[in-house]
Amino acid sequence: MENEETNPSPTIDAKLGLALLYQMILIRRFEEKSAELYTKEKIRGFLHLYVGEEAVAVGVMQSLTEDDNILSTYREHGHALARGVDPGSIMAEMYGKREGCSMGRGGSMHLFDVAKKFYGGNAIVGGHLPLAVGMALASKKQGQNNITCCFFGEGAIAEGEFHESMNLAALWKVSVLFLCENNLYGMGTALRFSHSIQELEKKGDAYGVESAAVNGMDVLEMKKAVEKATAYIRSSGKPYFLVCNTYRFRAHSMFDAQLYRNKKEVEVWKERDPISTLRNQLLEKNLISNDDIDLIEEKVKTEVQKAVDFAEAGTFEPIGELTKYVYSS
Amino acid sequence: MNTKTTLRITYREALKHGLREALINDDMVFLMGEDVGRYGGAFAVSKGFLEEFGEDRIMDVPLSESGFVGAGIGAALGGMRPIVEVMTVNFSLLALDQIINNASTLLHMSGGQINVPVVIRMNSGIGNQLAAQHSHSWEPFYAHVPGLKVVSVGTHEDARGMLLTALESPDPVIIFEYTSLLNMESEIPLDSGAMDIDKAKVRREGKDVSIITYGPGVYKALAAAEELNLSGIDAEVVDLRVLNPIDNETILTSVAKTHRVLIVEEAWRSVSISSEIISRIMEHAFFDLDAPVQRLCGVEVPIPYPKHLEDASIPQKEDIVNSILNMVQYD
Ligand SMILES: Cc1ncc(C[n+]2csc(CCOP(=O)(O)OP(=O)(O)O)c2C)c(N)n1
Repeated sequence: MENEETNPSPTIDAKLGLALLYQMILIRRFEEKSAELYTKEKIRGFLHLYVGEEAVAVGVMQSLTEDDNILSTYREHGHALARGVDPGSIMAEMYGKREGCSMGRGGSMHLFDVAKKFYGGNAIVGGHLPLAVGMALASKKQGQNNITCCFFGEGAIAEGEFHESMNLAALWKVSVLFLCENNLYGMGTALRFSHSIQELEKKGDAYGVESAAVNGMDVLEMKKAVEKATAYIRSSGKPYFLVCNTYRFRAHSMFDAQLYRNKKEVEVWKERDPISTLRNQLLEKNLISNDDIDLIEEKVKTEVQKAVDFAEAGTFEPIGELTKYVYSS
Repeated sequence: MNTKTTLRITYREALKHGLREALINDDMVFLMGEDVGRYGGAFAVSKGFLEEFGEDRIMDVPLSESGFVGAGIGAALGGMRPIVEVMTVNFSLLALDQIINNASTLLHMSGGQINVPVVIRMNSGIGNQLAAQHSHSWEPFYAHVPGLKVVSVGTHEDARGMLLTALESPDPVIIFEYTSLLNMESEIPLDSGAMDIDKAKVRREGKDVSIITYGPGVYKALAAAEELNLSGIDAEVVDLRVLNPIDNETILTSVAKTHRVLIVEEAWRSVSISSEIISRIMEHAFFDLDAPVQRLCGVEVPIPYPKHLEDASIPQKEDIVNSILNMVQYD
């Protein structure tokens, strides 16, 4: 088990810095646009935004290859974007259009893109952890050495499925990266009200799963921690449990009055905004200029608008196709 | 004198009144569930309760449905009167083992030595574009299980009063509440209180056709009945209310009166509550019928996200009206 404080600051060059910054800003602006479209009732149902947690998704994806599997939760737009799922197909999905990545049937919580090995958006907390173990088991049985990366919140760690999955993954020695995004709240229930032990990484020991905690507000630290985790998994074939300590800046979903936390706390965390953190690091090292940042913002703006246009231009599936895909044929 | 005898109230407020009264009435009663306290309840039903009743009686629990529902069952065995809130019926699947293998069996399995006075409330229903994993109608599923009492809260009066009676039951009661009704307003009598949990209820008297339904079907059926009235058709609306054990008498009395039946439910069609009602009508009232019994149910598909497909998945008021217009052509 490793402590986050012991990691020295990792190195970076301009090219990588700009790429990471671009991805994080893309997620941020995409989410802001989604919130706006929700209030315009273009997007309906539940909408869970990833604002504040961008460094985690972007940091993780740097070490995953196109052969690796990814499973996620209902708060998965950031993971999908960082994985390279087309923003237009994500937006169209949230519009319920057939051009969406799940043909519009899933919406915000159920993004699927099998070509990118992105196996969903699961909306039952903890529901996808056993699936991740099974996918990793399948890889092992077929002699493939890809990793299955499973994102979940700290809330899921209270579910039996987390404990069953950790045990199974260790017992069967399969390549799962258990990736916990600890944003301190499961809906309105703070970590201290839901876990007897709050250093969640300690739970790895109980199952013989290698584990570590990392500062999830810093994309470079995230990147480094995941490099280490994936190197361990690829060389040993065993699972790894990484706890990324982060914070969600916005409400749990669009229905949350946030009675359970005070504004001050949110403001304090915003000072650790992962985007400004990286931007400042790059500016201080003179690796990039403010012009570069403006360029990124421009490019992101165009990309997000393109996604919205694509979704707007999409079509609704005819009602006659309602029962399509209940069975395979 | 114009003293008001009714109260205009949302379904959410009605639930809240009932819950609050239950907590005030009996110190052994406590509420446990995800986000019932600090968050104020996922649907704001228990908002303010933590402040009013304190942490011992309004318990936030971690995400661990099997664990906390099992603990609720255990607390009931230990002499408390727990109200366990499972945020939504969808997540109750994680607690199914506890509900079915423990709550429903212990009385029988112990030869009558121990009973399980637990009340489990869950929000349910379709209609908020939440997609397949969040749009389940598990009423038939729970109603299938002997040992459980299953009730469905289709009206404001029942939202106010069913919980109070459920807490008097020596055996486990599952209460289905409906998200789609939460903001809906209606009048209830000012002195509205505990409601029985044994009988179905005729919500509207009529002589031409019986619409038998429960849950979100009740207000839809009532609205359809008003519309049919304009075409000279007098529909009776029967709210089942209790899905296990089902009240035959109210159903059969209505069939004997109208001779025509339409059953409406949101749950999937096959092996559903409507299947059961039809069987009972066949067994006991076949010769009372003037027309084949009809039913409108959920389309057998995981419920999709887009509005138009979601709407097409469950019976709507217009579907009820049209079915009945077709039906009354038989003589
Ligand atoms: C099994 C289950 N129980 C309850 C819920 C309702 N619910 C949705 S998200 C959530 C909080 C989950 O918190 P966490 O796992 O920490 O993830 P976060 O939302 O913070 O990203 C809850 C209680 C659910 N979707 N599934």
